[in-house]
Parts: sequence; structure tokens; C-alpha cells
Amino acid sequence: MKVTIDGIAVEVEPGTTILNAARQIGGDIVPPAMCYYSKLKDSGGKCRTCLVKVSKGSEKDPRPMPKLVASCRTTVMDGMEVQNITSPEVIEARKGIVEMLLINHPLDCPICDQAGECDLQNLGFEHGAVKTRYEFDRRTFEKIDIGDKIQLHMTRCILCYRCVFTADQITNYRYHGILGRGDHSEISTYIQHAVDNDFSGNVIDVCPVGALTDKTFRFKNRVWFTKPVDAHRDCDHPGCNGKVTLWYKGEEVLRVTARKDQYGEVEEYICNTCRFDKKKTADWVIEGPRHISDKSVISSNHYDFIPLPVVKTNLVLQEANKEQFERDTRL
Amino acid sequence: MEPLSNKRKVLEAKPLNFMERIYLPAIFQGLAITIKHFFRKPVTIRYPEEKREYSENFRGMHSLKRDEHGRERCTACGLCALSCPAEAITMIAAERQKGEEDLYREEKYAAVYEINMLRCIFCGLCEEACPKEAIYLDGPHVPSDYLRKDFIYGKDKLVEAPLNQ
Repeated sequence: MKVTIDGIAVEVEPGTTILNAARQIGGDIVPPAMCYYSKLKDSGGKCRTCLVKVSKGSEKDPRPMPKLVASCRTTVMDGMEVQNITSPEVIEARKGIVEMLLINHPLDCPICDQAGECDLQNLGFEHGAVKTRYEFDRRTFEKIDIGDKIQLHMTRCILCYRCVFTADQITNYRYHGILGRGDHSEISTYIQHAVDNDFSGNVIDVCPVGALTDKTFRFKNRVWFTKPVDAHRDCDHPGCNGKVTLWYKGEEVLRVTARKDQYGEVEEYICNTCRFDKKKTADWVIEGPRHISDKSVISSNHYDFIPLPVVKTNLVLQEANKEQFERDTRL
Repeated sequence: MEPLSNKRKVLEAKPLNFMERIYLPAIFQGLAITIKHFFRKPVTIRYPEEKREYSENFRGMHSLKRDEHGRERCTACGLCALSCPAEAITMIAAERQKGEEDLYREEKYAAVYEINMLRCIFCGLCEEACPKEAIYLDGPHVPSDYLRKDFIYGKDKLVEAPLNQ
């Protein structure tokens, strides 16, 4: 089927969504997505950031669609014409959506561990208004420990349901879900039930904001001071192939995450043993530095190094420095 | 050698006359200038005791501010260190424990905050980057010292004194 997005034509399979057709073209015309996750079935349709304008329904029925449609849920028709960034209406609507998503968001980016790789931060930066018009108190929650490795900050959640789908589709059993309706809905385990199974850590990677964060990385460092390095190990878990990104600070592995593609989606899910327990360089076979888009803050002050940017301990230098230091303090 | 231009000027030392040769008049002349300066207003000031008026946008030593309840404003977000062109700032964050709410404003705080004053170029970008209005370069000049290690200023020197003291 032929579909035209912002004037660029592309041939796609029947049943492809507009968002995926746009991703086949790539570049600026890809609508942003906060809740849609290509690796999770049934995800999408919640956040409305991917709204686009269909200016021509199809070849047979050329009438435009009356409202903006969610591109992650709408499949293409032959001869469809879609406007994304060329339509001021879409830009305006997206701005409104960002404002709406940020209504209850605490904006505690200086504290949040997700800052620097947060989809909502990027979205707000690219599409949002500078000021909010919301005057009332934001809803607040106590932070909850889901197990000893994952922390839930419900205040930051945008209710994208990604973690719920992950628990349903990747893990054996889902302990958490969304309670309440409308403005009262919240992610919860109902009675602080620990989410513990071998793949539960993937909810951290899947979360587009900092609502679900790694407790072993909590406040350790800011992501843009760490150096991402691709690595793998022979994981004996059948569902996990051990391909990860290690986030180094000096010689220390601060955090292990799955590899993420250009849309911030996990390439392959990893098990909890790889994520939380293997934090030594000796556990891993290093492949090379992870390429980070140069638009990301993570790549600031970073350069692609060959050999690896891991600092080696130089005993001679350390001894010399110690001597120098002792002499200086004596003086 | 043939000169390239005709600007060359031949200098020749004239022989000294008698007054120049007895030498003392020149001494007294020089001394008179020196003594005259004793009674003039001095150009310099005795710096640490006396201070000149600084311009309003003078950038001196950093200080980490406290909020109106005397809690530290800094949350160790790292934006100052990110913006720092000289990479002078380092910090280690820690989580606020229960009962420390009157010490730190947010749930994260800087347990260690160090500025290397030898690296710092006093550009003020950290001040501009700070989202919490926690750091200002409003202090005096950084005093001199003998050892390099003493120029790494920790929180003991940077955080401003609590309000009720």
C-alpha cells in the first residue's frame, strides 16, 4: 500500500500503522510516542502524543478524517495522505498534549534518575510550552519500593501502561496494575506486593519517565556523566541472551540496562541477574562504546574512544602521587 | 651594508658636562620625586583589610545557598558540573534520610560538593545552569594558598552559614 506522510511516499504492508510507516521513512516526520512500544502487543493509544492529521482518507474515499487520529493505532489505507509536522493543527494539539501530560508531573528532573534519557523531558523540550496554565495542586504519592530493586514514584507516572503490558507479556505473572479510574488512576501493587520474577527489571527500561527506577542506581550519578559501553555475557537464563549496555563511571559499572534503539525502545529484554547482580567488568565481554545520538545530553563531553574509555589503575603513578602528597602535607 | 631605507639615525654619545659628571644633582632630583610621592594619595590599597567597591556583576568565590528555612538548596543535579567548561566541579549525591528534612530541601542532596578553584575560570555558567538557585559566585576573591590540595573547596567552605548564627 502506498501512503504519503508529509509529502514523502512510502510503500508499506497492509495493516501497518501510520506511526510504523513513518518510522520506515525515519527522520523528523516520525511522530513522538510515549505509550506505544513496538515490542509490546496492544500498547499505544493512551498518551495521544502521536496525533496526526489525515488529510486524505484513501484512494477510494478521499475525504479527510474529521479529527486528528492517534497514529500508533490507525492503520494505513491505500493512497492515504498524512500530515504530521507540516500541519500547524498537529503541532498545536501536541503542545496541548504535552501540557496535559505535565499537569500532574512533579518536574523534579534535578532529582530524577531518568533525567537525560527521559522521553517526557525530550517531548517537553521539543513540543511543549514554557509555562503551565495549571493552578491547582499536583497530586502526590509516597514513593513505593516494589521489591528491593525497583522503586515506584507514582507522582512521575504518565499512565502509559507500558509496564503493565511488559509484566503481562514478558514475565510469568503480573503483580502490579492500574488501580482507580480517570484522575485517580495509579500504578500500584495494591498492598506493596514485591514484584519479583526474572524479568521484572524490564519495567524500568520500558518506563518512558522516571516513575519506575533502578534502586541499585538510585542517585548514584547522573546519566550524562556515565559512559555507555556495549557488552554481553553467557546468560544461562533461557529467555535472556545477555546483550546489554553497561554504564561506566571510571572503572565502576554503575548500572546495567538493555540496549535501546533510536526510539528509546529496548532491543532485547534482559533478565534480572544481568541487570542487578553482574556489576563487575570481569562478568562481561566488552564489545565497544555504545553510540549515543549527538543530540542527546548523554553524549555531551563524550567521544567515541578506541580503546575503551575505562581508566586503568596505574600503580606507579599512584605511588608517585602519594609520595608527592605526603611531601606536600609535611611542608 | 647598504641601508634598506634612509631612516637610519646615527646615535652618538655626547660627552657629559661638569654638572652631570659630579652625579649628585641627579641623585637629589630622583630623591625629590620619591619624597613627593610620600605625600600623595596612594594608588594601591591594602587588599584583604580594605576593599574596593566591586561592580555588581563581579564573580568571585562560589557559595551554596540555603533557602528561607535554612535548608541547603542544592540537590546535586549535576547541571553545574555539566555546564562547567573547565570541569572544575564534582559532586556525589546522597538520599535524604528521615529526620533530615530541616537540613536539605529536596530528597536528594550533595553529600560531597567540590570545586577546584585552580581549574575554575569564574565564568558563571554554573550559576546560570542551576535550576534550584543554589550556587552563586557572590563571594570575594579566592585567597591564595601554598598547596594545590587546599584549593579544592569542599562543602565546609562553600555552603553559606546557617541563618540563626
